[in-house]
Order: sequence, then C-alpha cells, then structure tokens
Amino acid sequence: MIDEPFARGRSLVHGLDPRAKLVACLALSLAAALARGYLAPAAVLAFGALLVLAAHPPWRLLLGRLLAVNGFIAFLWLVIPVTAPGTVLYRLGPFPVTAEGLRLAALITLKSNSVFACVLALVCTSTAPALSRAMTALHVPRKLSFLFLFTYRYLHVIAEEYGRIVTAARLRGFVPATDRRTYRTYAAILAMVLVRSFDRSARVYQAMLLRGFSGLFPVLATPAAGPRDAVFLAAALIAAVAAAGADMVWSGWHG
Amino acid sequence: MHISEGVLSTPVLAGGALLTALGTAVGLSRLDYDRLMTVAILSAAFFVASLIHVPMGPVSAHLVMNGLLGAILGLASFPAILTGLLLQAVLFQYGGLTALGVNTFDMAFPAVLCFLVFRPLLRAGGLRRTVGAFACGFFSVLLAGVLTATALSLSGEAFSTVAKAILLAHLPIMAIEGLLTVMVVGFLAKVRPEMLGAVLSPRRKT
Repeated sequence: MIDEPFARGRSLVHGLDPRAKLVACLALSLAAALARGYLAPAAVLAFGALLVLAAHPPWRLLLGRLLAVNGFIAFLWLVIPVTAPGTVLYRLGPFPVTAEGLRLAALITLKSNSVFACVLALVCTSTAPALSRAMTALHVPRKLSFLFLFTYRYLHVIAEEYGRIVTAARLRGFVPATDRRTYRTYAAILAMVLVRSFDRSARVYQAMLLRGFSGLFPVLATPAAGPRDAVFLAAALIAAVAAAGADMVWSGWHG
Repeated sequence: MHISEGVLSTPVLAGGALLTALGTAVGLSRLDYDRLMTVAILSAAFFVASLIHVPMGPVSAHLVMNGLLGAILGLASFPAILTGLLLQAVLFQYGGLTALGVNTFDMAFPAVLCFLVFRPLLRAGGLRRTVGAFACGFFSVLLAGVLTATALSLSGEAFSTVAKAILLAHLPIMAIEGLLTVMVVGFLAKVRPEMLGAVLSPRRKT
C-alpha cells in the first residue's frame, strides 16, 4: 500500500547527501515556481529531467505518478483557456479561447512538471528516515522532524491495522454503497483505527522511555558530505540562481 | 483539496508559507515528546483515512476529515497536516515544497478555528455534542474550500472559474464529512472520551 519505490537504487543521485539534495530541491523549485516567464521553469525542468534520468527510476511507476500530477493540470487546460480574460484568438463553439489563457495554462504545466521532476529526483531518492535526519541537520525544528519520522514509521502499521478491520467488515458481508449503513460502518472503522492508534502511541512512548529516549536520536554514522556533494550543490544552486536571474531580465524586457 | 505546484502567484505562496510557519510554531510549542508521539501516530491514522474512498452516488470521494482532526488534535493540527502533506510528496510525489505552506494553511486553519469555536459544544453531551461535531466536520471542509478558492482567486483573475468549480465540488463532501464526524465523535465519546481535544490539554502525571 505505502512504499518508497524511488528511494531504492544505487545510482549517483541516490548516493548524494540528502542535505545537499534537499537544499538543491528547494532552490530549484522556488526558481521554477516563482518565475514569470517560460525560461526559468524550462531550465529547471531540463535540469530535473537529467537528474531523473541519472536516478534510473522504475519507469512504469514514474509514468503513473506523472499522470496523477497532471490530472489537475488537465482540468486547468479545460477551464482556463476559455475563461481567462484577454485577447480572443479563436472561438471554440460558444467559448472564446484567449491567448493569455493558453499562455497561463502552458506556464502552469511547465512549472508543475519541473517541480515534480525536482521532487522525484532529489527528495524521493532518499528514504524518509534519511530525510528526517537531513531536516534536523538543516535546522528544521527537532520536533517537526520527530513528527515526520514517526508519522512515516507508523503509517505502515496503521495501514495494516486499517486493512485488518476492513477485512473483518468484508467477511461480515460489508459492501460499500451510498446509504446510511455504509457511512456508519466507515465511521466505526475510522473511529476504531483512531482508538487503536491512540492506545498504541502511549505504549510506544513508554517503550521508548524504557530504552532511555530523551528527545535525541544518537546517530552513529554521521553523514559526511564529500567533494561530489559539494560540486552537485554548487551546480544546482548556480542553475537555480541563473534561472531566476534570467527570468527577471526576461520579464523586465517583456513587462 | 490540493493546489498543484506552479499554479499560485508569489505573494500567495509567501503568505501561505508564513502563516503555516506561524501556525506550526504555535502548535509545536505546546507539545512535549509524549504528546508528540500521540500526534505522530494519529497523523498516520488520518493519512490512512484520507486514502479511503467513500461512495457518493455514481462517484466516490476521498475523505478530508480535517474537522475531526481539529476536534482531536486542536492546535497541533498545523504540524500534523504539514507532516501529512510532506509525506504525500515523499511517498506519492503528489505536491512539492513551494505550495506546501498554502495547502497546509487551507486545511489546518479551518481545523483549528472549528476546534476553538465548537469546543464547548464538543465537551457537552447529547444533542449539543452532535451539533458541535457536525459543525466541525461541515464548516472545516467549507472553510477549506473557501480558502483554496481564495488562494486561486488572489493568484489571478484567470482562476475565478476554477475557484468556483472547486468550491462547488466541496459542497457534497461537506455534508458527508459532517455526518461522519458526528458518528466518529459519538463513538469516541463513548469509548475514549479523553481523546476529544485532549492532546493539548494538561495530562495528569502518572
């Protein structure tokens, strides 16, 4: 149900320091998302696509995720070109298609996919525990990275718990439909999952206290960033700054 | 509802990030590691709940349940939802880092607001609790829809129709979420009354 298929791998991208990847992802995403023209998101998309290629992800799965991300974008393509105010290019039946609408839809598609490429190549190639450590190292509040780590850790356990309760309901002949009984059953399932999670949290915390937990996770192997990570981070930051700068100059010319 | 990356304008993204940072800081400041563990495992439960698709006539919709989340987690809703959305990006590549602030605020602020407004009703028994629970589920989804639509409208005139469509799509979900919140809160009030809004209230030292 919940898996990290993109985090498994031995490519160059997987081997990079998660801290460097996280910072690079943030810089590149911002350069793409805040741009006013096509240039910056296109540059970030190209950079991100190269990284995705280098990471050798499972391609079928990648295609599925790409379709999911572009679902909302497809909806925007249906609505925005015909509803955005601006100069009318041509009429599609009763609807006027505007140049501004088409431009906006194209820009959003480009931005959305470039951020997707960065997240896939730079965030999803690290495991969640590694990301949590990287977040702490980058001065994200310790409590937030704790929350992230343990929500991730228990996601699988709770998903299994939910699966067991649903199986029990099915065995008793539960078939979802649009009626009061279905909603009552789902409410009972959800409430039971919450009760069990609540009880589990008390047991887990007590077990951690018994093992001497004091709010810190001692890490034996402190990750050391090598020259490869430095080169990568420098390249990513230069690419992000160049893309943002080019966008400023470009949109300065074109208003 | 979740706004994709690359849609919103810079001021909206910055505003959302700032408000979420503020909400998360307030939420985390009230939590010690004991309660943080409860928040973490309940966040996992809500993440799983958001994957449930409930049939609604010919289509099905997935649950949001931010009203119920607010009723249980209170001010901790901000860090809980932020974590959930971050995990969604990591596990499903759905969403990224730049729209995280806006999307968290759109769902967490209604949860916190409904918790603060309807808490007296939730703590009462009988009909008043039922009304409070329905209001929590109903208005959190309504307000989340309004905030999402506002974020889109503020990003440009071109989004006004999309914003209206998103608001309309929230309407049937509101009623269902209200109903489910009533049933879950009723169940919890019988089985684990200490769970309702208890995560941030003082706990007895044992």
